[in-house]
Amino acid sequence: MFDGIMLGLSTVLDFNNLMYVIAGCLVGTFIGMLPGLGPITAIALMIPITYSIGADSGMILMAGVYYGAIFGGSTSSILINAPGVAGTVASSFDGYPLAKQGHAGKALAIAAYSSFIGGTIGAILLMVAAPLLAKVSLSFQSPDYVVLMFLGLTAIAAFSNKGQFLKAMMMTVFGLMLATVGIDPSSGTERFTFGQADLLDGISFLLIAMATFALAEALINVVKPEKKDAKSLNDSDTPQIGSTKLTKDEVKDMAPVVGRSSFLGFIVGVLPGAGATIASFMAYATERNLAPKGLKEKFGKGSLRGLAAPESANNAACTGSFVPLLTLGIPGSGTTAIMLGALIAYGIQPGPMLMQENPSVFWSVIVSMYFGNIVLLILNLPLIPYFAKVLAMPKSVLTVMILFFSLIGVYLVSFNTFDLFMMVGVALVALVLRLLAFPMAPLLLGFILGDMIERNFRRSMMISDGSLSFLWDRPLTLSIFILSILVLLFPLKDYLKQRRADKTASKLQQEQVQ
Amino acid sequence: MKLFKSVKTTLLAASLVLSSPMAMADIHFLVPAGPGGGWDTTARGVGEGLVKAGIDDNASFQNMSGGGGGRAIAYLIESGTKKGDILMVNSTPIVLRALTGKIPYSYRDLTPVASMIADFGAFVVRNDSPYKTWQDVIKALKEDPSSIKVAGGSARGSMDHLVAAQAAKAGGIDGRRIRYIPYDGGGKAKAGLLSGEVNLLSTGLSEALEVANGGQARVLAVTSPEALTDYPQIPTLKSMGYDMEFVNWRGFFAAPNLPADKLAQYTEKLRKLQSTPEWETVRARNGWLNLFQEKDEFIESLEKQEAQLKVVMQELGFIRKAD
Repeated sequence: MFDGIMLGLSTVLDFNNLMYVIAGCLVGTFIGMLPGLGPITAIALMIPITYSIGADSGMILMAGVYYGAIFGGSTSSILINAPGVAGTVASSFDGYPLAKQGHAGKALAIAAYSSFIGGTIGAILLMVAAPLLAKVSLSFQSPDYVVLMFLGLTAIAAFSNKGQFLKAMMMTVFGLMLATVGIDPSSGTERFTFGQADLLDGISFLLIAMATFALAEALINVVKPEKKDAKSLNDSDTPQIGSTKLTKDEVKDMAPVVGRSSFLGFIVGVLPGAGATIASFMAYATERNLAPKGLKEKFGKGSLRGLAAPESANNAACTGSFVPLLTLGIPGSGTTAIMLGALIAYGIQPGPMLMQENPSVFWSVIVSMYFGNIVLLILNLPLIPYFAKVLAMPKSVLTVMILFFSLIGVYLVSFNTFDLFMMVGVALVALVLRLLAFPMAPLLLGFILGDMIERNFRRSMMISDGSLSFLWDRPLTLSIFILSILVLLFPLKDYLKQRRADKTASKLQQEQVQ
Repeated sequence: MKLFKSVKTTLLAASLVLSSPMAMADIHFLVPAGPGGGWDTTARGVGEGLVKAGIDDNASFQNMSGGGGGRAIAYLIESGTKKGDILMVNSTPIVLRALTGKIPYSYRDLTPVASMIADFGAFVVRNDSPYKTWQDVIKALKEDPSSIKVAGGSARGSMDHLVAAQAAKAGGIDGRRIRYIPYDGGGKAKAGLLSGEVNLLSTGLSEALEVANGGQARVLAVTSPEALTDYPQIPTLKSMGYDMEFVNWRGFFAAPNLPADKLAQYTEKLRKLQSTPEWETVRARNGWLNLFQEKDEFIESLEKQEAQLKVVMQELGFIRKAD
């Protein structure tokens, strides 16, 4: 392995390759920052360039673009509530409230540090354990994915604060329903397409995310300006961007969160059927469940932990997705599928033999990840105040720009005007729901997970001949299943305790009154 | 993205200063799906070949996903020949989706120009699988059709499923009794095979070779009409005595009512490309097999495929028997 690292180092430290790492990170960050353009687009744009350079340099460039884009995606999630990449949705849950409270600088800095640590821990794990983890990624079968995503759905609990439980559940179901539009993945028949060819492929994640988050947020600013203005007037006394510095206590508070989430994110990323999105949701849900009582309530309202967890998890998961790609030749996501195509175009066959046949590709990609993460951190920390300046714009300008960029972003991906109409429609529905205090995050969560749960569930049913026994037949499935049930029941304990305490308190009160 | 595209084409053009000036107009490639897939790489590969070989000065690309490819077809029909020289890339799904009515058009609404490359269906098992040959698979299926779970990267009734059902039928098994397990894309189907939850993978040859070359799986059979020159060790279904062949072509279509001189011009460009080393580079890089068929031959093979698929889909109950 030491030889490998040295080989990788010597490749990456070549001047040209270092430039490719820097260029890749830079391009990726900027493309990722545009709402709508994610890593897939960024990498697809790079492919013609990579053909003219060698395999090592090409892969280094693409890996840089990949995590640069994920990194950039969190910037738009945090600043304008526009998660253009599914992997950064969870970052907006607490990142955007933080930015709204005038801590945009701090939020972006936390995102940068967490991503850096997540990516670096991921790269170390990839280096040490890639061949071993290849076995892990193949040990997951469809039933395991069902229960894993079920566990991911428990993140909804994070949005069901007092009196919100029913509303959160309703929005989840709404999201699950929206996910059924399009061609039925198992039988090939059309569902809820109303004869519209534009609905055949289902509703795109990007459209739903942009409409319910960014557009609806912008519309709220228009509909309810008074409240916001009063708030921002108060805020204008203090600088809106806030400092990028973290206090010692904050670092101490977040360190274990980042560590746990990086490991969790990496492992989930290794599974070809999961990926960065599931990883970030699971990290978010896990941290909320583990948080002490006082901090738990802050989740969804600007918790630092709630931002650090998904940010470290999604970057670690991106690194993790290189395990099945490099060691098995299996792409877990659209992005890694494009990279697989590029590798094969170079005449390199990813798989168990890659480390022997093309050690320089294998090791230079891994070593370039360390450099890429450092480059991202160095590039982004000084730029944070400039990015955050977006928020210093007058509301009247910012709102229009958010409307413009989110509509353009969706249009540029599909080139379909139908999407624009649907987006406006969804945004209006979302606006009404938000005015009625329905949370939007469960809708998106249900929408993202719904499709994957359905595919895996129906596949499991087919494989097990229509019997539900797949839920307990294998120890792996059973243990994840039990874990998710425990996670569901865990809050009940607090609730019962609370109720008992309330009862005794009211009894005491009554006695006192008497 | 338009901006990126123009930047990219300029880059491409700039890197190829040696391209000779030609009087013919450049081709605009229409891709009925997002970037990165098979259609996209084909269009971009052909465009790159045309430019690098000096046949065209420039090539532009446009991705238009939606409606299972139907939106791009509608666009091509609507804009007709007015919008310049547009060639749309497509493949077997245009025949398949027209049969099921998923797209309200067929290749007859367009002008088929030429097919360029081909892929074939292939069947893959894990290295530790008890099935050593395709005959073993057929034998097991004959004893109990539900004993083998067949994975594929797309929904029921799409290519992977139909090819498996047809191959089973050629072995004397009712195609309807095949247990087809759909996955969300070829990559996840491969993971499914390797994880052991299914026994057989039905996929395209190029994808099959990706797993097989990794040393984790074996290709048992391929649906090509003749043994492949590059992979003579893979037996064809025909060579084993099963009367079944399936070709997944990829080719180009132009707007309806294309003037004859334009058609001749496009065909000429694509034919010229065939013999250039630049095309050979692109082809070898992607592991494609050449299948160049000009208009009449192309239409003939489209009709043949349509008839073939219609029978299978009727037998499987995806479309009703003709009245």
